[in-house]
Amino acid sequence: MTTTTPRVGKERRRRGGVLGNTGLYVAVSVAALLFLLPFYLIVRNSLSTDPEITGENWKILPSFQWSNVSELFDDQTVQFGRSLWNSTLVAVLMTVGTLLVCSLAGYGLARIPYKHANKVFYAVLATLMVPTAVTFVPSFVLVSSLGWVDTYRGLIIPGLFSGFTCFLFRQYFLGFPKELEEAARVDGLGYWGAYWRIVVPNSLNFFAAIATITFISGWNAFLWPLVIGQDPSSWTVQVALSSFMTNQTVNFHLIFMATAISILPLVFVFLFLQRWLVQGIAQTGIKG
Amino acid sequence: MSATTTRGVAQPAPVKASQARPRRGLRGNATLNFWLFTGPFLIGLVIFVFVPIGWSIWLSFFDARYTVTPSQFIGLDNYKQILTNSNFPQSLLTFTVFAVFIVPTTWALSLGLALLVNRLRFMRAFFRSVFFLPTAVSYVAAALVWKMSIFSGVRFGLANTVFGWFGVDNIAYLADPSPPWYWVVIVSLRLWLQAGFYMILFLAALQNIPAELYEAAAIDGAKPGWQTFRYITLPQLRATSTAVVLLLLVAAYQAFDEFFNLISTKATWAQTPLMELYKTALGNSQDYGAGSAGAVILSLLICLVTLAQGKIMGFGRGEESK
Repeated sequence: MTTTTPRVGKERRRRGGVLGNTGLYVAVSVAALLFLLPFYLIVRNSLSTDPEITGENWKILPSFQWSNVSELFDDQTVQFGRSLWNSTLVAVLMTVGTLLVCSLAGYGLARIPYKHANKVFYAVLATLMVPTAVTFVPSFVLVSSLGWVDTYRGLIIPGLFSGFTCFLFRQYFLGFPKELEEAARVDGLGYWGAYWRIVVPNSLNFFAAIATITFISGWNAFLWPLVIGQDPSSWTVQVALSSFMTNQTVNFHLIFMATAISILPLVFVFLFLQRWLVQGIAQTGIKG
Repeated sequence: MSATTTRGVAQPAPVKASQARPRRGLRGNATLNFWLFTGPFLIGLVIFVFVPIGWSIWLSFFDARYTVTPSQFIGLDNYKQILTNSNFPQSLLTFTVFAVFIVPTTWALSLGLALLVNRLRFMRAFFRSVFFLPTAVSYVAAALVWKMSIFSGVRFGLANTVFGWFGVDNIAYLADPSPPWYWVVIVSLRLWLQAGFYMILFLAALQNIPAELYEAAAIDGAKPGWQTFRYITLPQLRATSTAVVLLLLVAAYQAFDEFFNLISTKATWAQTPLMELYKTALGNSQDYGAGSAGAVILSLLICLVTLAQGKIMGFGRGEESK
């Protein structure tokens, strides 16, 4: 039964009746269970022993081996704690840096009258035509000639200058209420003062949305950290997980525990910041 | 997300409007402040975006094996080599097959989920969160679960366990390219991971459809269900649908993470364009020239697709662009 929107009116809903609603909820619940299945598998396997995971008979509930956590972090060959720390540092610094650099540029492009601002803006737009993933070869060439392979600088700095984020900030600041800036003018503030005292404090929702999206993509990035992280000590969580898959010596329960731990921060981000995230995607994904 | 981009190109909001009020503006020199605000970003953009692109184009005309400062100009030989003498064209074909699978299925699933969630009155936020949650998972983590738990080719894999109940033999999903079961693994993974994101886009668009349209349709005798969906909902979602298809295509072009982890670069099948570039430039041969030539070709293709689709589907002229 194809459907449209709840706004169609009460009449239709009544006609759909209890049966239609039950069908709807059955369908949506089945879909939800399928979507949650991989999460269940991660949790189940991470708290099981290896024989339980690979056993002939499917066990629905694990035996809750909480010691898997300490076993994972104590394993010196895996260095999972180190990768976790690398990922945290990379994702946090990347978020802070991107927000700072791109929001300033976005504000400059949107609100500071300068006769060549349009030309600068087109130069930024042009970079959006070339997807960043495709330029990883030349970027690697550049970063390696700077001697930044296996460093935090190499992992973080090249990712800060996102034309797309700058573009989003510009679009947002174009719609920022002029009256608020008028108030700053009356107070005798310059551009810099107005930006930090008036514009930023009144734009926290938008900053939160962009921060959430940037943090998630920083944490989940794989190709760039793979290229830059040649030595295991500079691996991020994603690169470490990837190496577990091909490494025969790491046990199943440890691999899944590592996966569970790598997903945990983002699940929290999702649950608590979803409002901003949804708002951010709805605002930025299509409308610009 | 680069959908917005194209629209920005099509209709940039004029900056000039603000130039009318320089004297009423904030205190301080506007030009100086402009560079103060945009300077750090622009310097970074030049160093980390423009220079690599330029360098890459330059390298693509030189014999740049094992070196990034080559001296021997070889014209178009790198392009010839990557197009005739490598697996790069094959990977473009792989991508096309992948796109044919993934773009329509993701479009349909995310629209379907949006329609379902939009009709819910109780627990709507809960179900929306459930479908959205996989977006938080990285392709690497998802590939791990798909490869080692769901589609593990051995007895204890979930899919094989379930099929086993019906007497189906074990299937080696990823280890054996014939029959190509690996597409099931790859497509289901990406569907699970990204459908929720596009569902959010469709939900936002659905909520923007004026209720009057449905009321008018009801008065005209349109039956709720398929008719209103076909003649009201779907046309109203045209701009969003276009954007979603575009985003999906560009994302599919750049597929790497899950292919790298599920199939690995050692396999001879299901290699995506980025994996071929990875092997050419960063593998044993370290051929930066041919790798750069491939990157240039791929970038041009993506630009072409973006522009062509924008033109064909009337991008930015959709009903929702206000």
